[in-house]
Amino acid sequence: MDGTSIGWLALPLAILGGAIRVSTPFIFVSIGELITEKSGRINLGLEGTLMLGAMAGYGISYLSGSPWLGVLSAGLAGMAFGLLHGLLCSVKRVNDTAIGISLIVLGTGLAFFLGKPLIEPKAPPLPSIALGFWSSVPQVRAALDVNALFFVGIALAFAVYVFLNRTGWGLMLRTVGDSEDAARALGFPVLRVRIIATMAGGFLAGIGGSFLSLSYPGSWSEGLSSGQGIMAVALVIFARWRSVNALGASLLFGGAGALGPALQGIGVTGYYYLFNAAPYILTLAIMVASTSRAAPFADAPGELKLHR
Amino acid sequence: MTLKPVDRRSVLQMLAAAGSAPFVLKSTVAHAETPLTVGVLYSGSKQDYGFNQSHAQAAAALKKLPGIKVIEEERVPETIAAQRSMEGMIRQDGAQLILATSFGYFKPHVLEMAAKYPDVTFAHTGGVWTAGMPENIGTFYAYIFEAQYTSGIIAGHMTKSKKLGLVAAKPTPNLLRSINAFAIGARSVDPAIQVQVIFTGDWVLPVREAEATNTLVDQGADVIAAQVDSPKVVVETAEKRGVMSCGYHSSQAEVAPNGYLTGAEWNWITPYLVYAGSVRGGKKPEHYLRAGLGDHFVKNSPFGKLVTPEARAAAETARADLMGGTRVIYSGPLKDNKGNVVIPAGVMQSSNDRALDGINYLVEGIIGQV
Repeated sequence: MDGTSIGWLALPLAILGGAIRVSTPFIFVSIGELITEKSGRINLGLEGTLMLGAMAGYGISYLSGSPWLGVLSAGLAGMAFGLLHGLLCSVKRVNDTAIGISLIVLGTGLAFFLGKPLIEPKAPPLPSIALGFWSSVPQVRAALDVNALFFVGIALAFAVYVFLNRTGWGLMLRTVGDSEDAARALGFPVLRVRIIATMAGGFLAGIGGSFLSLSYPGSWSEGLSSGQGIMAVALVIFARWRSVNALGASLLFGGAGALGPALQGIGVTGYYYLFNAAPYILTLAIMVASTSRAAPFADAPGELKLHR
Repeated sequence: MTLKPVDRRSVLQMLAAAGSAPFVLKSTVAHAETPLTVGVLYSGSKQDYGFNQSHAQAAAALKKLPGIKVIEEERVPETIAAQRSMEGMIRQDGAQLILATSFGYFKPHVLEMAAKYPDVTFAHTGGVWTAGMPENIGTFYAYIFEAQYTSGIIAGHMTKSKKLGLVAAKPTPNLLRSINAFAIGARSVDPAIQVQVIFTGDWVLPVREAEATNTLVDQGADVIAAQVDSPKVVVETAEKRGVMSCGYHSSQAEVAPNGYLTGAEWNWITPYLVYAGSVRGGKKPEHYLRAGLGDHFVKNSPFGKLVTPEARAAAETARADLMGGTRVIYSGPLKDNKGNVVIPAGVMQSSNDRALDGINYLVEGIIGQV
């Protein structure tokens, strides 16, 4: 091994780097979805919101020259989609799952349509913070080139935890999500809370999308999401509707996702289909291990159901 | 092959020459009064910096020719929707030539439409026409691995770490052929060079492609080659990490102005013109059309600014040898990366050798597994 290669050490480094690089969109989408689901609604449309956010963020960053403005507009675009979902689902006997699926199609379609002229131009990307400055090893420096949004995501997970468990508004949100009747008896504006919660979820998912196009991989293309939005929604269930767990699940998922390429990189060349499936296998294994027969839906918001 | 090789080659060379001199073409394909309407179907976006874009560029070149009208449809799924698109182009726009550019269009969609519209010519990318299929179908493909070989020579000259990285989608025979050719080219410069392959597992997975690129750079590779559907992400990530890159399908030079060395590109205009010519001439389309660098079916991206004069010269020599037929990429003795002899000494498998169709090994010097 020559000086430019670090051999086996690359594996933990790739997992660390992968966790940092890949997990950010998962953190934002899953925490956004968590807020929505805590209000008693499920928004499957976040895959579409993610794509729309990725496109909007890239487009605005390109047009304005400011990537942070891009992030903001991605969030606003996502919020508009959340509002749409929230309003549509407020109509009686409208199924939130079905609306979510149609919003996936609408969001990706709209993003493809409006994003057509954005494939070629190069938008200014989000700057990253060089946390590896202390190291002389280029690989370490590269792995620790961390985007600021990653830290925002971590802070967000704890902020949402505090919001849900220590504030009056958080209590209202949880009440609306757990028992509509109780919320009505207390005089809470059920629909308004749900719509705002869905908008907040959309806002965060849009930001998650802007990370994809503005930081990593860092450009707008139509195959950008490849199912990450859907996966992030699933991570909420995996995290049992707890924001700090969702953060952990996202990090785990990102790190495990780096396993496939990294193992091939260090020379473990076989079984790459299996290693590429590592995040899913890991998720499944933990879910099976953490199920409880006595109370399978113990942590799920009471109003959250597939049929209404 | 239905036509005699000499015959076909001369026709192709004439048409390729015509590509750069449209006035010659006027006499060959564009002589008639009524415009020839050509319908092109793409499975993805025309601007993917990849396979579809390579077709779209050829379609754009076709459009510029006098007497040819081109209608295009993007993101046509490889389902019954493809038949509807083809039928629409034929019935509404009067298309006389359909260019179906995605592999999955062939069976059963092109076959069924060709049977239904015997007066329309169908040309399909990648399919294999066999006896019994409708006579109005042509299948064409290009020996892209010849261009990958010259890319490999450039990469082999440019690497300092003697380690090249390659991000590939799936170990299909066509990709394996290209991966091997890239490695054979690089190792013809220096047998100490190793090529490390990472298979992502699917055609379009931007995040995993970026991860794979980062891993390869971490492992000391200083040239990264991409063999995925849309190599933009790989080339871009390599540029961000400050290493060199080789592209695929169409040129990605724009996204990596510093490190882009060259790339293997399709030059579909050549087969397009062959089929446009046969429609104009009222002839049956060539059923199985395959060719490489020599017949201008593939090309290399213009060399990047880092490419040294020696590397340029070596690549030009290799290209001339390949075009003249004096050099054969797959010639024995050739070992796979497990030590087995796959092509014995004295045996040469030239580009059109059907033995290469089922290739299932990676050659010596490649770190990776099928």
